[in-house]
Amino acid sequence: MTKGLLHPTRRGLLMAGGAGLLSAALPGYVAAQGAPIKIGFQLHRTGIGAAYGRWYERTAQAALKAINDAGGIAGRPVEILFEDDATDPKRGSEVVDKLTQSDGCDLVMGTLFSHVVMGSAPRAGELKVPYLVCSEGYHVASGMLNRWTLQPGITDVRSQIASMAPWVSANLGKKVTMIFPDFAFGYDHRDFFTAAMAAQGGEVIAQIAIPPTETSFTKYFAQIPAETEVLYHVMVGPAVLTFVKELGEFYGSGAKPQMFGFIDSLEAVDTATPGLEFLEGTHFWEAHNRVKPADAGEHEAAYRAAVGVDDNGASVSDAADIATYSHMFSTWETLFAIKAGMEASGYAGIADRQKFVEAMEAMTDLPYGIERPQGAKVFNGKTHQVFGTQNISQVQGGKLVRVHQTSMADGAYEDAVDYTTMSF
Amino acid sequence: MAFGPFFLLALMEGLVTAAVLALAASGLSLVFGVMRVVNVAHGAFFMLGAVLAWAVASAMPGQPAIAFLGALVIAPLLVAALAALADGLILKRLNYDPEATIVATIGLLYMIQQAVLALYGPNANPVTAPFELRLQLPWFGYSGYKLFVIVAAALVLLALWVFMTRTKVGLIMRATQVDRTTARSFGINVDRVYMGTFALGAALAALAGVLIVPIQQAHYLMGGDPLLLSFIVVIIGGLGSLRGTVVAALIIGLSDGVISMFFSPTLAKIIATLLVALVLVFRPQGLFGAKA
Amino acid sequence: MKVWALHLALIIALAVALAVLPPYPATTLARILVLAVFAMGYNLAFGYTGLLSLGHALFLAAGVFAAGLSAQFWGLSAGPALLLGVAAGGLVAAAVGLLALRTAGVSFMIVTLMFAQAGYLTVLYFGTITGGDEGFNLPAASRTVFGFDLSTDTPRFVAALVLFAVGLLASLALVRSSFGRSMVAMRENEERSRMLGINPFAVKLAALVLSGLYAGAAGAAYALLFGYAGANFATIQYSILPMLYVLLGGAGTTIGPFLGALLMFGLIEVTSRMARLWPVLEGMDYFLIGAALVVLVLFAPRGILGTLRERGLKWLP
Repeated sequence: MTKGLLHPTRRGLLMAGGAGLLSAALPGYVAAQGAPIKIGFQLHRTGIGAAYGRWYERTAQAALKAINDAGGIAGRPVEILFEDDATDPKRGSEVVDKLTQSDGCDLVMGTLFSHVVMGSAPRAGELKVPYLVCSEGYHVASGMLNRWTLQPGITDVRSQIASMAPWVSANLGKKVTMIFPDFAFGYDHRDFFTAAMAAQGGEVIAQIAIPPTETSFTKYFAQIPAETEVLYHVMVGPAVLTFVKELGEFYGSGAKPQMFGFIDSLEAVDTATPGLEFLEGTHFWEAHNRVKPADAGEHEAAYRAAVGVDDNGASVSDAADIATYSHMFSTWETLFAIKAGMEASGYAGIADRQKFVEAMEAMTDLPYGIERPQGAKVFNGKTHQVFGTQNISQVQGGKLVRVHQTSMADGAYEDAVDYTTMSF
Repeated sequence: MAFGPFFLLALMEGLVTAAVLALAASGLSLVFGVMRVVNVAHGAFFMLGAVLAWAVASAMPGQPAIAFLGALVIAPLLVAALAALADGLILKRLNYDPEATIVATIGLLYMIQQAVLALYGPNANPVTAPFELRLQLPWFGYSGYKLFVIVAAALVLLALWVFMTRTKVGLIMRATQVDRTTARSFGINVDRVYMGTFALGAALAALAGVLIVPIQQAHYLMGGDPLLLSFIVVIIGGLGSLRGTVVAALIIGLSDGVISMFFSPTLAKIIATLLVALVLVFRPQGLFGAKA
Repeated sequence: MKVWALHLALIIALAVALAVLPPYPATTLARILVLAVFAMGYNLAFGYTGLLSLGHALFLAAGVFAAGLSAQFWGLSAGPALLLGVAAGGLVAAAVGLLALRTAGVSFMIVTLMFAQAGYLTVLYFGTITGGDEGFNLPAASRTVFGFDLSTDTPRFVAALVLFAVGLLASLALVRSSFGRSMVAMRENEERSRMLGINPFAVKLAALVLSGLYAGAAGAAYALLFGYAGANFATIQYSILPMLYVLLGGAGTTIGPFLGALLMFGLIEVTSRMARLWPVLEGMDYFLIGAALVVLVLFAPRGILGTLRERGLKWLP
């Protein structure tokens, strides 16, 4: 097997030697009128984000087809160029270069992991190319980035977290212990939920941070104070299922607090997996309900059909292949936001990129529709961030069932930046 | 939780870590001891064991115990065959030059990882434990399977020890370890010993992967941490010393659990890493090695 | 004479390339030049002195964060920030070297790896300052040198080329000096050089510190030229990367690190272009890199320039 694989590789190496720079030197070209609109997509095809990347690609493809079937953007066909960023900030920045300068894309979108967004945004700003991220990070609205970076497809994590506090304190308990990863994503949870809980008269009594390289978790659970009423948990990465399983083993049949988790802890994981029975009756944040709610909106079925997801949130071709349902809608909604922004600005080519950003900044109310299957949203042009409603689901019979939907006001916070005052 | 039960839990967790680590590291130690080869692809063999266990389990739905037993046999054999192939096609032709083999095994690591990503996908998939048993202690619950892992790893290590010290093949391997040239002049087929050793080392990593996969999940990047920890264990224990490897695995596993009781977890990791590095600095031959 | 001419010709050729290439390959070349500086530093330790380190990401990250944080919190401009990055790389390398050089061979490899791992975790631990895993974008005002804006193409290209040229010529001068011969003596036969009156520890420490200065410069320059500092630069991948560049181009050759970096970027570029035609290649760049390493070590174990040197170009430094 090894031998057979070596052969094409030697050729690849020679080609790299001979043609590497040559092919890199192929000049980028400027899209002409009537030619397709080219959208560059920074994709986590490999690396730690790959489980999300797969679904981001599928969802974006589905949205692309829907847009093209309906006549494209301003009458022009649309195409997406996917490029792997290896979930790495340095590579991400190179990918922005490539998609913009070499492929001549009109804009770049798609990134999920925050460090890739942070690594890529400076290049987007320098190249003056709109950069639309699908990351839910608080990096955009916090003012850390630049005028060319926008997040029109998903509510940021600060708002998501804050909107959970009223319901949690009213229904689950006032004394909360938090378990979160010991890095920036976890700190957003720690800081914003602690503050939001205090505003509701609740209290976070312990904060347990788990190091990023950890693969076993039981020893940390011992630090959960006995008087804890609600255990708030969030974890990301390939070890999430271990985390949740060990939590179940730790409490076992003994008394346990109420549990509230972010679905990130179980994204792409089946809630009916053996070992997760203890989750029965516990609650999760979901941006977009994985299991189709009985009172789902009118466009939910069409969206699922287009992406290829069944009513349980699994792939229609493989029931064990669970979608990253609470994140991937962002690529769909971002593509439709691009369509709206381009059509509003009369976008004709890359010379109009600035007009496109200004048109995006002018957006406000974004009603529910097939363009936004997750729900109605409000775009804040000053902070470049969109805000929508969130859901709280309970595990009932091994399935996530929606029990509450937040209001926009629950997740509101004061603007931290006004990008519109910055220069392009 | 009170200090006593907390400490007990940290110890039990540390023992599980130590058991899996000892098993994975013993393979690395064997390969380094006998062949003087630093196998960077060792973590990839560990990962392959876990992924193959998942494949076997998916082929036999509904029979976790039988699937697990099957995986215990099939995964190490397949991985050993792959390792033997890599030895014959690559390492042997490099004449086991230390630096060249590091580069070659880095290449092997990348190839295995990406091939698994392409064929198996990026998801972390669970494998059901062969039996469902939860121990409910007064303070916390604990997985019976984790205790089984400790016992199984101890048995495998014991068998390995018997094999190395009580059988003729083991004797030949140890003779090759001491002096390759002399061994050859005594008519030992060193090439075959090397191929066998490399395959055995990989099989041990795969076995550790099979044992861990009902606790963790099979994921194409899961080999990284065990690789680093195995390296550390092997070097702390003294290169090529099986006894040292086991003791070092216990020290690393237990200290990881216990230090995290007293410091913020990330700080605990920093302290533990620096402590181990300093042990190596001031005792470069490891705790049990005779000389560097 | 021939040697200096070759190196000057390379620098001139690169200058011409940066001037005439379209934006994307030119920007990519600037990235390659900065990373080649990192690899040249690695080459001084590994290729010439025989120190197989797996911890160079720590020195790179020292440069990234010294420059990035001083720009972020003290508002330093690019010049002083770069110098601080260089110094940080050297200082950290000295501290690591004082301890790690008590070991050799595989132990040295592991000890440097562990120091780098501790460094990575430290960056995360002080996340409120360093930005943790997310990192931060450098303020635009700090990315200027002598009034030139490093976030625009021409100043960026010139800065990358100047850094590379200084690094290349300095390493050429170094390896042709008597100290350079002491370094090689460490690699070839430490015992014999000890008998010749060379202090092995001092030579190895000096080589590692020089290596750290290069890594620090590359880290600082990368942060300043491309505007981002993050913990990722401290991960193990960035210790393996320069090793791959050096091995590919030729360990112990002055131009090898650059050639290796160039080829590696080329390989990724070609794979990604071919993947658009044949989707089976999607995400397989590291599979091909792995296979290339195996092929290389089997058929050209001294790397490309090392093999050329063996096959006749004996004068190649």
